[in-house]
Parts: sequence; C-alpha cells; structure tokens
Amino acid sequence: MSAVLDSHGHGHDDHHGAPHGWRRWVYATNHKDIGTLYLLFAFTMLMIGGILALLIRAELFQPGLQLVNPELFNQLTTMHGLIMVFGAIMPAFVGFANWMIPLQIGASDMAFARMNNFSFWLMIPAAAMLAGSFFMPGGAPAAGWTLYAPLTLQMGPSMDAGIFAMHILGASSIMGSINIIVTILNMRAPGMTLMKMPMFVWTWLITAYLLIAVMPVLAGAITMTLTDRHFGTTFFNPAGGGDPIMYQHIFWFFGHPEVYIMILPAFGIISHIVPAFARKKLFGYASMVYATSSIAILSFIVWAHHMYATGMPVTGQLFFMYATMLISVPTGVKVFNWIATMWRGSMTFETPMLFAVGFIFVFTMGGFTGLILSMAPIDTQVQDTYYVVAHFHYVLVAGSLFAMFAGFYYWCPKWTGVMYNETRGQIHFWWTLISFNVTFFPMHFLGLAGMPRRYADYPMQFADFNALASIGAFFFGFAQVYFFLFVVLPAMRGHGEKAVAKPWEAAEGLEWEVPSPAPFHTFENPPKLDATATRVIG
Amino acid sequence: MSSTSHGSTPYYYVPHASRHPAMAALGLFFVILGAGQWVNGVEWGKYSLFFGLVFWLGVLYQWFGDAIAESEGGQYGHKIDLSYRWSMSWFIFSEVMFFGAFFSALWWARAHSVPMLGNLDNALLWPDFKAVWPTAAAGMTASPAGIVEPFQTMTPFWLPTINTALLLTSGVTLTIAHHALIENKRDTTIKFMWLTVLLGVVFLFVQGYEYAHAYSDMNLKLTSGVYGSTFYMLTGFHGFHVFLGMLMLLVITLRLQKGHFTADKHFGFEGAAWYWHFVDVVWLGLYILVYWM
Amino acid sequence: VNDLPGGPAVRQLNLQPGATKIAQEQGWLHWFMLIICTVIFVAVFGVMFYSIWKHRKSVGHKSASFHESVKVEIAWTVIPFIIVILMALPATKAVVAQKDTSNADLTIKATGYQWKWGYDYLKGQGEGIAFISTLDNAHREMSNNGAKGVDIDNYLLKVDNPLVVPVNKKVRIITTANDVIHAFAVPSLGVKQDAIPGFVRDTWFRAEAVGDYYGQCQELCGKEHAYMPIHVKVLSAADYSAWVATEQKKMAAKQDDPSKVWNLADLSKRGEKVYAANCAACHQPNGKGAGPIKPLDGAAVVLDADKNKQIKVLLNGQNNLTMPSWKQLSDTDIAAVITYTKNNWSNKTGQLVQPADVKAAR
Ligand code: HEA
Ligand code: HEA
Ligand code: CUA
Ligand SMILES: [Cu+2]
Repeated sequence: MSAVLDSHGHGHDDHHGAPHGWRRWVYATNHKDIGTLYLLFAFTMLMIGGILALLIRAELFQPGLQLVNPELFNQLTTMHGLIMVFGAIMPAFVGFANWMIPLQIGASDMAFARMNNFSFWLMIPAAAMLAGSFFMPGGAPAAGWTLYAPLTLQMGPSMDAGIFAMHILGASSIMGSINIIVTILNMRAPGMTLMKMPMFVWTWLITAYLLIAVMPVLAGAITMTLTDRHFGTTFFNPAGGGDPIMYQHIFWFFGHPEVYIMILPAFGIISHIVPAFARKKLFGYASMVYATSSIAILSFIVWAHHMYATGMPVTGQLFFMYATMLISVPTGVKVFNWIATMWRGSMTFETPMLFAVGFIFVFTMGGFTGLILSMAPIDTQVQDTYYVVAHFHYVLVAGSLFAMFAGFYYWCPKWTGVMYNETRGQIHFWWTLISFNVTFFPMHFLGLAGMPRRYADYPMQFADFNALASIGAFFFGFAQVYFFLFVVLPAMRGHGEKAVAKPWEAAEGLEWEVPSPAPFHTFENPPKLDATATRVIG
Repeated sequence: MSSTSHGSTPYYYVPHASRHPAMAALGLFFVILGAGQWVNGVEWGKYSLFFGLVFWLGVLYQWFGDAIAESEGGQYGHKIDLSYRWSMSWFIFSEVMFFGAFFSALWWARAHSVPMLGNLDNALLWPDFKAVWPTAAAGMTASPAGIVEPFQTMTPFWLPTINTALLLTSGVTLTIAHHALIENKRDTTIKFMWLTVLLGVVFLFVQGYEYAHAYSDMNLKLTSGVYGSTFYMLTGFHGFHVFLGMLMLLVITLRLQKGHFTADKHFGFEGAAWYWHFVDVVWLGLYILVYWM
Repeated sequence: VNDLPGGPAVRQLNLQPGATKIAQEQGWLHWFMLIICTVIFVAVFGVMFYSIWKHRKSVGHKSASFHESVKVEIAWTVIPFIIVILMALPATKAVVAQKDTSNADLTIKATGYQWKWGYDYLKGQGEGIAFISTLDNAHREMSNNGAKGVDIDNYLLKVDNPLVVPVNKKVRIITTANDVIHAFAVPSLGVKQDAIPGFVRDTWFRAEAVGDYYGQCQELCGKEHAYMPIHVKVLSAADYSAWVATEQKKMAAKQDDPSKVWNLADLSKRGEKVYAANCAACHQPNGKGAGPIKPLDGAAVVLDADKNKQIKVLLNGQNNLTMPSWKQLSDTDIAAVITYTKNNWSNKTGQLVQPADVKAAR
C-alpha cells in the first residue's frame, strides 16, 4: 500500500476546482454538494407535506365537510405522513450526515461517492411517483401511512405506484446507510478512535445500522401487499389462511425502529450544540454512546405497542408494555446528560442553542406522552385518537424538525460561509415554538376526549380545540416560509456577515478546523489529530 | 476527484463527477413507473418497464466498467478494498433481513394465523375449517373460505434435494476456485468458476422444472392459499438471488479470463463468493423450513 | 352545543368519565401517570431553567470543567428504572382485568362493515336478535353540507338502531369484520377492540349506570371511516327484558319464507332498498362504480344468463374480498338485490332470482 501520504494536511491547493453548472449537481460526487441536494430536496418535501397538513387542518377547522371529500381527506392524511417521514425527515438527516460526517471524522469524502449520488437521485423518481399519485385514477393511496392490509387491497393503481416508490426509497436508504457506516468505520482520520468520535457520528452509525436492519423488512411487507393485490397470494387474507395482523407485525417491526431512525441523529445534533453554547464539554460522553445503543437495541422488541388494540394475549401486552417503558431509561439518560452539560456552564443563547433547549423541553413532553401511551390500559382509551397524533408530532416536529433547525443554524456558517441573521433566527425560533404548541397541545385534549384520528369530520364538542389547532398550524407554516425566505435564502446567496473558521467560541470538532465555507475538498489526506481527536495539529 | 495527483495509488480514491448515478435513477424511474402500470393491466407499462430495465442495465454496465478500469488501473488502495468488504457485508445483512420478513410470514402463518382460524372462537366464522398445515391439501381440509382449490404440497424428494446437492457442490467448487486463485493457478480457477456458474444454471433449471411440475401436476400455485404464497415467494426470491449471484460469478469469470484480479487482490471475486455462500445458506433454511417441516 | 352525557363534553380536557370499573381504572391510571410525569418534568426542567438563569455568560458565569461522574450517571439510570417499575405495577393489574372476558352474562358479536356495525346477540338474554346499526342519514347529509348552523349534541353519533344491553351485567363483545379492519370503541365504557376480518377478538364491559354511551370506529376503514358511530344503550333489567320481547316479535314478523316465489316488481322493489343500504356506498346509486370499484351497470357478470355467477360473487366476494362476501344477508335479500341489479339502469335482462336459487348456491 502506497497509501501513506504526503501529509501537508488539509486545505492544500487543489487543482481540481468545483465543476460548474448543472453538471456539478446532477453528476455530483462531492459529499458537500450531495448533502446540499439532500437538504434542499427535504425542505421541498417539507413544504409539500406541510401544504397537505394545512389542507387537513383547513378541513378540520370546523365540523362538517367544507373543502375536501372524505376520500380526498384520507389521501391527504396518508400522503402527508408518507411524505413527511420518507421525503422530509429521513432525507434531511441524510443530508446532515453527508455534509458533516466526512468533515467531523477527517475523511476526504463518503466511502462510495458515486453510490452516494445514486442514493440521492433515486429519491427523485420515487418522490415524483408519490406526489404524482394524486393525479392517478382513484387518487393517491388512502390507507394511512401505515398502509394496513386489507384496506390497501381496496386501493386503486396509485397504491402500486406508492409501493414501488417505497421500494426505491428503501433501496436509497439502504445504500445511503451502507455508505455512512463504511465511511465511519473505515475512513476516520488516524487517532480518532470510536470512543473519541463526535456524538453526531455515533448516532448516525447506529441509525444507519437500524436502517439496514429494518428497511428490507418494510420492503418485504409491501411486496406481500403487492402480490396480494395482483397475484392472488393470501398473506393478509384470512380466506386463504393469511392474517391482516401479520402485516401489522411486519410493518411495526420496521415502524418502531423507524421512529428512532428519525430521532437518533437529532440527539446527535443536540449533543454538539449544547456543549458549544454552554462552553463546557458534553457530560457523560460514554453513557451517551451506551444510551444510544440501548435505545437501538430495545427498539427491536417494542413494536407491538402500536397494536395493543388488535387483541393480543395478556402476556404479549405485558411484554411489550414493559419493554416500551424501559426505553424511557436510556432516553432519560440523554436528557439528564444534556442538562448536566448546561449545569455550571457559561451559557449564551444564539439561535442554535435556543432550538436545542426548545428541543429538550418539548421533546421530553412528547417522550412522556409516549410513556403514557405505552401503558396498555391507557392506550385502550387513546389508541388511534388525536392523543397519538399529538404525541408523535411532539417527538417528530419538536424533536426531529427542531433539531434540524438547530443544526442548520449551527452549521450554516460552515456551509455557506456567512452567518445567518441572528435577529431573524430568534424570531423564527419563538414564532415556531409558540405556534407549534398552539397547534399540537390542544390535540392532547381532543385525543383524551376521544376524537379519533384520520377523521374528516367530528362531533361538535371537538370544534373549539380543532379550530385552535388549525390556526396554530397556519402560523406554524408561515414561520417556516419566513425561515426559508429570510434566513435560508439570504445565507445561500452569501448575504450576511462573513464567517470565520470557527464562529462559535467553544464549538469542538474537526469541522471547525477547516475554513468557512468549507472548501470543495477537505482532508484529502488524513489530518494529524491531537489526543482528543478534536483538533488538527499538522 | 482523485485525492492526490502524485504518487500512484491515492490514499482514498474519490471518483470524478459521473453521470451514471443520475442516469441509473432515471432508468429505475421508467422501471417503477412501468411496473406500477403493468400490474394494473395498462399496456404501455411493460414497455416502460423493459425500456427502463435495459437502460438501467446499460448504465450499470458503463458504471461497473468505470469501476473495473479504476481498479485495474491501480487507483484502489488498501482502504478502498476494506470499504468494499464492509459494504458487501452490510449489503448481505440487509438481504438477510429481507428474507427474514418472508420467513417470519411463514412462521406466523403456521404458528398463528392458521391455527387461530381453526380454533374454537373462530368456529363462529369458519365452522368447517380444520387447521391443518398446509391450508388446503387434497381431501384433507379446506381453506377457511373455500377459495383455494385442493393442491399437493412439495416434498423434499427429489427435486429440492437435488438442488441442495447442486448448491452445496457449487459452494465447494467456488472454494476450490478461490484457493486456486490464491495459489495463482488461474486455469484451475477459471475452470472451477465455469463449473460453479454451470451448477447455478442447472439449479435454476431444476427449480423451473419444479415450478412447472407444481403448477401442472400438483395444482400448487401462487394462489394456493398462504401455503402457496409463502412457498412461491420464498423459493422465488431465493431463485432470483441465485440468478443474481450466478450473474455476478459469470462476470467475475469473464474478468478472470481477461486477466483481472491477482493472487492477493481480488475482492470482486470474494464479494461475489460471499454472496453465493449467503444464497447457499438461505437455501438450507428453505430446504429445512419450507420443504421438510 | 352542550356536553353529551356518555360522549364527549365541550372542550373536554380529560378522558370521558368512566361508566365501568375498567374505564374508571384507566382514568385513574392516566391521572397517576400524568402526575408522576408532571412532577418529574417540573423537577428536571426546574433544574434546567435554574441553570439557564444562573449559569449564563451574560451574568459572568464561568464554565466548570467537570464532564463525568459515574455516581450520578448510575443514579439517574437506576432511579428512573425503579420509577418505571412502580408505574408498571398498577398497569399490570389493569391489563389482566381488562383481558378477562370469562363468565359473561351476555355475548354479542359486533361485526364491522364498510360502514356500519352489525350486532348479533349470541348468548344470554336476547339470543338470536340481530340487526344493523348505521349513522342517521340526516347527519351524513349535514356533514356533506358543511354542517352549517348545525347545533346538535350527538352530531355524527346518532344511529338508527343502538346496541342495547342490560345494566350491571358482564357483556362480552366479540368483534370481527366483513371487509377491512374496524375498531369497536366506546371510551366511557373503557373498551376498544379492533374488528379484524376473518378473525374474532373479544373484549368486555359491565356498565354501572343506565344511559347512553357513544363511541366511533377507530381504525381507518376507508372513506366513510368517520361515519360509523357506536351507540350503546344501557337499560335496567326490566326495560331490557321488554326490549328483548318486542325485538323478538319484530324479528318473527320480519322472517321471510325462503321458499316463497316472488314476482319481478316486488323483488326489485325490495332489492332497491337492499342496494341502497349495502351496495350504493361503493358501487354508487347509479351503479357506475368509482375508481377501483367496478361498475354494475352493463357489467358482464350482471348481464350473464347464468345467474349463479352473480350469486357466487355476492356469497363469496371477489378480488381478494375487495368486494366482500355478503353471505350474512338473507336469501331473500340477496335474491332481491341481484334481481334489482339485473333489471335496473341500462340492465334489462328480465331475469328473476328467487330466494331458493340463493339457498341452493350457499
Ligand atoms: C421521533 C419519533 C418518535 C419517538 C422518539 C417516540 C418515542 C416514544 N414513543 Fe412514539 N410514536 C411515534 C414516534 C415516536 N415515538 C409515531 C410516529 C407514532 C404513531 C405512529 C402511527 O400510528 O401513525 C408513535 C406512537 C406511539 C405509540 C402507539 C400509540 C398508539 O397508536 O396507540 C406508543 C405506545 O407505546 C409510543 C410510545 C413511545 C415511547 C414510550 C417513546 C419513548 O422513546 C420516549 C422516551 C422519552 C421520555 C420518557 C422522556 C425523557 C425521559 C426522562 C426525562 C427520564 C425520566 C422519565 C421517567 C423515569 C418516566 N409511541
Ligand atoms: C414526520 C414528520 C411530520 C411533520 C413535520 C408533520 C407536520 C405537521 N403535521 Fe403531521 N403527521 C405525520 C408526520 C408529520 N407531520 C404523520 C406520520 C402522520 C400520520 C399520518 C397517518 O395517519 O397516516 C401525521 C398526521 C397529521 C395529522 C392527523 C391527520 C389525521 O389523522 O387525519 C394532522 C392533523 O392536524 C397533522 C398536522 C400536521 C401539521 C399542522 C404539521 C405542521 O408542522 C406542518 C407545517 C407546515 C409547513 C412546514 C409548510 C409550510 C408551507 C406553507 C405555509 C405554504 C407556503 C407555500 C409555498 C412556500 C409555496 N399531521
Ligand atoms: Cu370502520 Cu373506521
Ligand atoms: Cu413505536
């Protein structure tokens, strides 16, 4: 191996500049460009999914059907869920991974640069098929994002388009995850041992593992749906000896780990921001790593807490109840560690920190409602009601989405070379936080009172809280438009104060060792690291 | 971009901008677009599907061509080799999970859904149904709703057992080929590789014959209730993987004939071999769980 | 609007008041969890906000350098673990109680159809009673019209035939479904059980007070998912006996003679009603179908001279039960609806299917 290295380190003049024009993006092999593509794609999907959500909220503003018919309503709900989960949250985190993992571990790029681009471009046809399914005969799939059989058997041709789109998205996720795992395992700069790795990298390592383990299972489930629909198999059809509940087991074996796939990278991002703005090292690094791993392991044995109402034997309910409740313990460890990191720090509250604190506060509320749901007897009351909707928006919107906002503000200088506008960032935060709670807090009450989810119309008693939630939702939506137009766009155009290599006083990590914006190529030869693997020393 | 232009093998080779990924995605777009239409009986669906497939294969051919050229051109150092090893292992893990879904379906049907359909409570709905696996063997029981025509089940003798022998033998011949490659006896390698590919092809023919026999003589079809469903989906996906593995081995063999690979650097070979062994292990699972039990 | 006793109250904040032991237990558990979680929440975030307030840079706080302490880390792993176990104890008791469906006084099968509920009294007083329960059509219309100016307390909860049960008796509900998954749920009685096609599941309740209790289908089951309410009417023992008696009389009166031979006009007229109640939701009143739903107007199976073809479809379903089986309808109803479809819209076959034909095909 002539692998060793002329070691004049990073940032030496490179005679390959960035390619220009559309080819730079379409033919990209550069992890930063691909990261940007992922992020833009995810934001677009957030807008589309958000508009669907706003249509849902507009319909639910008052009792009675005003805007859409019940068929369309179910399509909106289904596509909102699918697009948000598979189109917005997951790709956005892959975008963060693309941008940050090579920078944070001192690698020149992702392990398989072309496959990386393939993972990205696969999402375009899939997203086009998903969004286009609204225009197919019979409309978009309307069986809920969980695609339960046998309702899926009644769907029109768009269901098949949806199934194939999900296959492609799954393939994209698996390739992306393999890429990330291999990059992490094989391309760390010498001296960066696993236990010195930044938390974001750790959380993604574990997330990628989860993805590789469960995306194929989802593929299996929807393949069975496809053959049941068209080729006469009877996996989910009791008339031939199959079982609709079998679908649910397979789906949730994927589905539950999937929700941690959507939160673990968020934990990683928060674990960088809190120490940076508390000016104090992350408390309990090792226990963070162990907690993340335990969450991942436990996530494989709790899936049936989504199925208490299907009627399991007592032992089944108890097992899944206990296992689910256990997950609070490692998650609690994370929350406590973040707070201990703040404790006796020297804190400032720039936008990233605001979103991080907001995340911890609001996510924990979502975690507690999760814990309440995990109790089978209480779940009997609230399963498939708006309480569940409130729960998962607290963890997904105030969790995953807030963490992404935090991450955006935190790394924006590194990505764009300019600082975002702090005032606007703060406006965005408060606007988002307040309207978020106005939207989703009343849903707890609705759920407890018994309002079922996926309902196009509801009894009069639920009217006021629904109206409140709808108003909140529109404010929340406008906050994101504001964010895009007044924060993201100016930064992308390079308007704003020039950023130095390390704009945050106490931020740690290799990404701050390269100039801002990060040059097209970084760490082409492995950097030499100090003992903590956070600084480049040669 | 290659990471340094001086020195022969870069520390970690990063390819130039490439049009293959986007083109491959475009190809798959036509595939899924067409597939989604075709299953709904729309005529143009199949043209889109086949066009997409051919397009995609064409792109892959070029893409792999590039990769092979880079490899043979000495661009791939030790690190890249490791990356390939990791990635192949994780890919195989994902395949294991995919088969896991179908094995679980089989287990669920046998251990839960069929017995439950036949239990006392369910007698309310299906009074005539007796839970005997499979769900509708000739003259034994009917499927719950009587929608399944009687059929015979596939026994391990003799076709599946022959196939087991074929696959196990192919594992041995592949290993012989590998050892020969390490000892630089390329002629032996190539010979045994062809033999392995041939065994794979024969396996596929035997399976095709088995299917034909099942359809025409045993009335065992994809529509034969959950037994038929799991039987065909498990063996079918396995057969498809044999086909893929066989193609991989074929490509490797052709590359060997072209003089690719060396005694100490031949991950392409090993990756295909791992895959083949994986397919082999899945078959053993099938042989026991589907045919014997 | 006013509060609906046995249903939701206006701007209700918590679970509906329980009318069964189980529902009360659930309500108690919810409070129990809510209080513990709130206490933990306030404690944890009290610490955080204290720190945020005191340990600001702007007040000149300098950061400490500790970043590990095995002792506290073990403490905050072990203590939550213990808390979780404490929470699990009462929950376990409730699960076991909830699941015990043995020794029921009355057993009723609740079948989910798209989109209505069918109730069959299987065992206990009233055995043999069976009826279908559908949302009041006026409410469905109001919904379509945007519910403007509507001010009724049981909007979307009013059904034609409520499920009637006696007070203080253990009622076992067996759920199943005819087409897709539905869920039988009545919050104030503390029950929710998915109704799964092809399988039976069960749950139970013992209502402690006479009154009306409302629930809705809680599993997405297609377009009219929001329109298949559940109304449970709990009567005193005496009233219940009276209800059973009238119901049984009605049943006897309605009993059709399956060997009766009908003429085309009568049968068609009856079929029209059966069609409107069961088939129109999917196949549309005009028989044209919609989306994946096949049209009946001009359909080959309907026009076919071999009437058994259509009978088979109705009895066994088709397309993986996308078209469900309707074998629960009486021979007369099936005969009537087939006759109706064969002689309505542009279908003018003149064919007549007698109940006896259906009986023979069963
Ligand atoms: C990011 C996504 C995410 C996350 C992180 C979680 C986290 C959790 N979820 Fe959630 N969940 C969803 C997304 C998520 N969920 C979605 C999308 C659905 C609905 C799917 C659908 O049906 O469409 C759902 C549904 C759902 C259900 C099914 C509800 C139903 O349909 O009836 C249940 C039931 O148990 C549940 C439980 C939990 C639990 C126990 C956690 C735990 O991980 C939470 C742990 C965290 C804490 C508890 C807070 C912090 C801890 C402390 C401060 C320590 C001290 C605490 C104690 C000692 C108690 N979730
Ligand atoms: C994964 C993440 C995610 C995110 C981010 C969201 C975001 C939102 N969701 Fe959620 N939701 C889900 C995941 C998510 N959702 C899932 C999985 C389901 C279950 C689906 C199912 O039941 O199958 C669900 C279901 C669901 C329901 C229940 C539907 C039902 O049961 O019938 C509702 C109802 O209020 C809702 C509302 C919202 C709202 C108001 C937002 C808001 O946060 C959205 C904010 C809006 C924007 C960000 C858009 C901004 C754009 C504009 C304002 C337009 C401007 C236009 C241009 C710029 C051109 N969602
Ligand atoms: Cu029936 Cu929802
Ligand atoms: Cu879950």
